[in-house]
Amino acid sequence: MEITVKVNGADRSADIEPRMLLAHLIREEFGLTGTHVGCDTTSCGACTVLLDGRPIKSCTMFGVQADGREVTTVEGLFQDGQLHAIQAAFKEEHGLQCGFCTPGMMLTGSALLAENPSPSEDEVRWAISGNICRCTGYMNIVKAIQAAGRDLAADAETADAETADESVAS
Amino acid sequence: MASEVEEIRGIGHSVRRVEDDRFIRGAGNYIDDIHLPGMLYMAILRSPYAHAKLNGIDASAAQALEGVIGVVTGELMAQHNLAWMPTLSGDTEAVLVTDKVRFQGQEVAAVIATDPYIAKDALELIDVDYEPLGVVVSPDQAKAAGAPLIRDEKEGQTDNHIYHWESGDQDATDAAFAQADKIVSLDTWYPRSHPSPLETCGCIADVNPATGQATIYMTSQAPQLIRTVFALVAGLPEEKIRIVSPDIGGGFGNKVPVYPGYVVATAASLLLGHPVKWIEERSENLISTGFARDFWMRGEMALKADGTMTGLRVSLDADEGAFHADAQPSKFKVGLFHIVSGSYDLPAAHVTADGYYTNKAPGGVAYRCSFRVTEASYMIERLVQNAAYEIGMDPAELRRKNFIKKDQFPYKSATGFEYDSGDYHGAMDLALEKVGYEQLRKEQAEAREQGRLIGIGLASFTEVVGAGPHKDYDILGIKMNDGAELRVHPTGKAHLKISSQTQGQGHETTFAQIVASELGIQPEDIKVTHGDSDDTPYGLGTYASRSTPTVGAATAMVARKLLDKARKLAAHLLEVSEDDVEFEAGRFTVKGAPDKAVTIQDAAFAAYTNFPDGMEAGLEGVTYYDPPNLTFPFGTYAVVVEVDADTGVWKVNKMVAVDDCGVRINPMIVEGQIHGGLCEGFGIAAMEQITFDEEGNCIGANFLDYLLPTAWETPRFELGETVTPSPHHPIGAKGVGESATVGSPAAFVNAVIDALWPLGVRNIDMPLTSAKVWDAIQAAKTGAPSA
Repeated sequence: MEITVKVNGADRSADIEPRMLLAHLIREEFGLTGTHVGCDTTSCGACTVLLDGRPIKSCTMFGVQADGREVTTVEGLFQDGQLHAIQAAFKEEHGLQCGFCTPGMMLTGSALLAENPSPSEDEVRWAISGNICRCTGYMNIVKAIQAAGRDLAADAETADAETADESVAS
Repeated sequence: MASEVEEIRGIGHSVRRVEDDRFIRGAGNYIDDIHLPGMLYMAILRSPYAHAKLNGIDASAAQALEGVIGVVTGELMAQHNLAWMPTLSGDTEAVLVTDKVRFQGQEVAAVIATDPYIAKDALELIDVDYEPLGVVVSPDQAKAAGAPLIRDEKEGQTDNHIYHWESGDQDATDAAFAQADKIVSLDTWYPRSHPSPLETCGCIADVNPATGQATIYMTSQAPQLIRTVFALVAGLPEEKIRIVSPDIGGGFGNKVPVYPGYVVATAASLLLGHPVKWIEERSENLISTGFARDFWMRGEMALKADGTMTGLRVSLDADEGAFHADAQPSKFKVGLFHIVSGSYDLPAAHVTADGYYTNKAPGGVAYRCSFRVTEASYMIERLVQNAAYEIGMDPAELRRKNFIKKDQFPYKSATGFEYDSGDYHGAMDLALEKVGYEQLRKEQAEAREQGRLIGIGLASFTEVVGAGPHKDYDILGIKMNDGAELRVHPTGKAHLKISSQTQGQGHETTFAQIVASELGIQPEDIKVTHGDSDDTPYGLGTYASRSTPTVGAATAMVARKLLDKARKLAAHLLEVSEDDVEFEAGRFTVKGAPDKAVTIQDAAFAAYTNFPDGMEAGLEGVTYYDPPNLTFPFGTYAVVVEVDADTGVWKVNKMVAVDDCGVRINPMIVEGQIHGGLCEGFGIAAMEQITFDEEGNCIGANFLDYLLPTAWETPRFELGETVTPSPHHPIGAKGVGESATVGSPAAFVNAVIDALWPLGVRNIDMPLTSAKVWDAIQAAKTGAPSA
């Protein structure tokens, strides 16, 4: 089947079998290997991507179901030569070790922050409870997501202040 | 002047990890991310039976499917003398079945196809004629009269017994028990768990039939050792084998062994002249690869009336699965389990162990553990708590009374270890203070009055890691000494190549920090290479917390070797005698004239541009480190739980972990390792178990049945540290990757049992699911013996 998916902001087309999983479409057809497959049963969340902004597990969705929709993968977090706040926070707070769960974890975290910019520890833990990490014990992942929320809020304030300055200047 | 010099971010600095830059952008290079031109895909057909005679395989329909290149069976492998392979424990293991299957999930055949989906389709078309046989799923069944013989192909093997092993002094221990005022015992099963790294195992075998060059990309924790094993298994010349471990998505011991899939893919690539990729599914990983634990243990402790421990006796049956494929030093059949006397000054101890074949997956790996140290630590720490109650002492007091004292180190244990250093009282005191132990005991008494079940559990573990000294430690005869190679380039930047391989531990960062401290070159100026057997010195790999004790030491020693030469170069540049040169933090100065200085970078440049007559050019070297002893990390963990008597649900209210791993190279990374280990320890205590039914069906072959802790269940951890440097390690470090998995399960279980002891509950075997806890409470209420 011919499909077109907007992947990280750009339209990508592929001719795939209907049974091909979305995770495999992303990895094998689009060559974006940051999306990992860890369990095949929707349990571990390593394959998490954003579909129209919502985190989903791409190992249990068909590629054809993404036709005409928008997919964000870990590769899409890096924009205009800049790390997303959540990427910087994961490094700063030591929120990753082997790195295998990290893309899914960051995408779930970024979706949480889009809805709830300053989540409590419990809110973060609940939001990422569909993403398993075997290395970190989650302590620093929670810290990283909360830190990213604060960084995004600070950036927004700076942007607001700049807009305000500009309006004063004009 | 000195104040302008930038501080060297070496040992003790929480340097952010260099490997993160690729991982946070999804730009890691894991095994399944690698694509080679002309690559084919392999899928493995596995046995649905645990024990069955193989009468025949009809692969004709699979072979006829469009896109299928070939089907590999045991018969084909046997034609190339590859149907069987040696294990790391000196046994043999089937690569593909030729005679009978011996566990559910065993490799029966493999399909090679142009597409991974087609390969899976073809598996459905293979017709296998099995004749089911009687099944053995526990050591008790294995030793029963008339039990089915699992290893009937082994000459001289007439039963399912594999080994008998002993350690310690039986006579002295018997005497201690004969004179004891009190004997306390505990029977417990440390059930079968699985390391379950988030990335499964896999490989890409790329054999060039024209040159014979075999490059195998593999999820391996030990690429150099595996290269040698491949040379032995396949009869390939070792110089033509290159094992590359790319980024590894977690190992925890699961990626130490050689699995049949690796061998079949390599054979297929050799026969077909194409690269062959094989990536496990999660269910394959759980059902067939290296499991952990599965020890049936009995511990007995002899004590005087005042609580002085006088003797320890432990016996165990190990369920090894269908092939004895533990990855451990050859001299020690149950690894370093004889550390079971733990942190206590026990004058006599005796350990006996027997291994048995069962119809279960092979490969007793050390799941985040130094060769069965986890089982040992669990036994002694559970036994000590029960002893305290039975003798009427507080568990902390009984520990305090019997700990090996600080001034007794180095301490020779009753089972033959020489503990290098320790301060057990210091670590426990800090843990008790941080958790608020005295206050908690008061709160617990009040809660009991109100019918609430609060429990406080301690575990004061001693680990033994860093195998090891060449005299006692080898795998397949290869001494467990590891190498580090260091090159300082003319511009003063450096390249370190190490024999251990990172699976998330952050070696690319921490090993650079060791060199930074030794040579005064900033860590970001040092590239660390690991994982490619063609480009790194020999070594036995990363597991058993051995990287820092062995390769970390080799790294410091090779840097010191280079520093000796750099000092000569500095003396040459400074035009003084070498004896007049002092070195600190990357600067060579002249004694008494500190303004006269050159840097390590100047010396490195001189090594290629301006060296004295008679000196070889270059600034590089290689060192292999033979540890004089093992290292002995320790600590005390304290857990507070509340148990709901009506449901059996238990919740961790607080967890404090005090670790002493000697000198901490990168405190941030050390704490991350401890967090991760505590979480896995919690998983083992609370939920992780690979179960089998009576027919040998594995009931836990996916993450819906084999439960891993998520962020929601995982407790918060509060950490503390004491620092007792290893006296024999060049930088005083001991290794820390596994302490928390070793120490914490007993702390969680002790806390739950502490809550339930007044009800009459004496033991519950892990995992402590709410159903099991509830059952134990009910059994205690009705007076039935608890599990």
